[in-house]
Amino acid sequence: MMLQGKRSWVFEQPPVIIATGTVVGPDEGQGPLAADFDLVHPDMEIGQPTWEKSEKVLMEQATEIALQHAKLPQDKLNFFVGGDLMNQIISTTFAVRQLEAPYIGVFGACSTSMESLAVASLLVSTGAAEYVMAGTCSHNCTVEKQFRYPTEYGSQKPPTAQYTVTGAGASILARSGDGPIVTAATIGKIMDLGIKDPFNMGAAMAPAAVDTIQGHFQETGRDPGYYDLIVTGDLAGVGHPLASEMLQRNGVPMDRTTFNDCGLMIYDVEKQKVQAGGSGCACSAVVAYGHLLKRIRRGDLKRILVVATGALLSPLSYQQGESIPCVAHAVAIEAGNPGQGGANG
Amino acid sequence: MAVKGAGRGPGAYKPVSMSSKEYQAFAKAREPSRSIWTNCLKAFLVGGIICTIGQGVTQFFITVFNMSSRDAGNPTVAVMILLAVILTSMGVYDKIAQWAGAGSAVPVTGFANSMCSAAIEHRAEGLVLGVGANMFKLAGSVIVFGVVAAFVVGIVYWLFGIGAWHDVTG
Repeated sequence: MMLQGKRSWVFEQPPVIIATGTVVGPDEGQGPLAADFDLVHPDMEIGQPTWEKSEKVLMEQATEIALQHAKLPQDKLNFFVGGDLMNQIISTTFAVRQLEAPYIGVFGACSTSMESLAVASLLVSTGAAEYVMAGTCSHNCTVEKQFRYPTEYGSQKPPTAQYTVTGAGASILARSGDGPIVTAATIGKIMDLGIKDPFNMGAAMAPAAVDTIQGHFQETGRDPGYYDLIVTGDLAGVGHPLASEMLQRNGVPMDRTTFNDCGLMIYDVEKQKVQAGGSGCACSAVVAYGHLLKRIRRGDLKRILVVATGALLSPLSYQQGESIPCVAHAVAIEAGNPGQGGANG
Repeated sequence: MAVKGAGRGPGAYKPVSMSSKEYQAFAKAREPSRSIWTNCLKAFLVGGIICTIGQGVTQFFITVFNMSSRDAGNPTVAVMILLAVILTSMGVYDKIAQWAGAGSAVPVTGFANSMCSAAIEHRAEGLVLGVGANMFKLAGSVIVFGVVAAFVVGIVYWLFGIGAWHDVTG
């Protein structure tokens, strides 16, 4: 049975992540995970005249690197599933023009990384596709421009604010091959407990992460101890402790696993000026596809659960006094079975 | 807490059942504190430094160009705006502001920064729809409420005739 409970998929034919591509900007390049990214740009402009074009280039490069790693000609891709934070998800759409792959655009704010991976996994697992690429990107300056103030505007950010990751991550899924496998996914529902402060998205998103994590365990029958590591996407220094405390209150034995957050891992939060930590679509994408999958391939980790969190607000909605609806999608990634398939073409 | 060790199967965990009100109080109680006094002190220091620089510029126009203290006002504002625009263009002003808070936002340099940053940011959308339409995106409300406040103060002045000393000393 692939559907378990109401919203979890346990893949009988687990798709294989045969390759990934990760690209980041200068701040991520100074963070503790720098060595795990395929390409680190020394500046935010990336040789482009506008921030929007810079973000698009990040996504283009991540897709190119993933294809190179997979040694896969791009016309073999059945679908591209992805999105980003920009209005009308322009960064991803513009970037995948050159791929010529049939395109499924998705939006889940910063949860897009795992939303796209879950959809891509479903497509491959059910036989609806041979090869699917999932990808997402974000750029600190495009997000500042669209959601907050002009990048050079002097406003003081509160300690609850987060720093949007500049980067892009892409993965290629196949029915067989070498690499970590996607064994399950749980789709989140919208959680909104009335937080209105766009400078405190960690607190807004924490209940969504808790709901999806609990739903995942209950529906799949798995236990926190099943995973070596459970990471949330970008709850950062404010939201992650809130989620931990709520899980503990609800009786989820998170002490049986390691519980961390991509937004806390990608930067040196003490030294780098990132307030509560990282955020953005690329945050969980580059940490999962760069750092965590490398650790799985090294044998360092066997089973992980990535719970990407997204704050689905728009500048319009919060100016009109609306609260911030949030969502979290969980994807379970495990070390592949070495005997599962041969090298892939 | 009673379910510790159960950890398996539906119903083992309590659902997320906090009401919005409860959760907001829960989150608020765990929010990192914002050090108001430190921020006030920093704002006082940086605001004071900016004003002292402005006073120095005024003094310069008075002594070098033999201006009256009133005439030196306009060129002083122009110099301060120029300095703020240069610092904004070099990407420094926002870094000062993260430390200084209101200290760098309240003086005229903050106003210049709000216009300059918007102009730079929206240059990509062209001169008319980008720079022209967005330059006052942040500064516009300062002007609107400044004019409204001036209007109210003007009415008070007209009704009560207070501030007549201004004509004498002016």
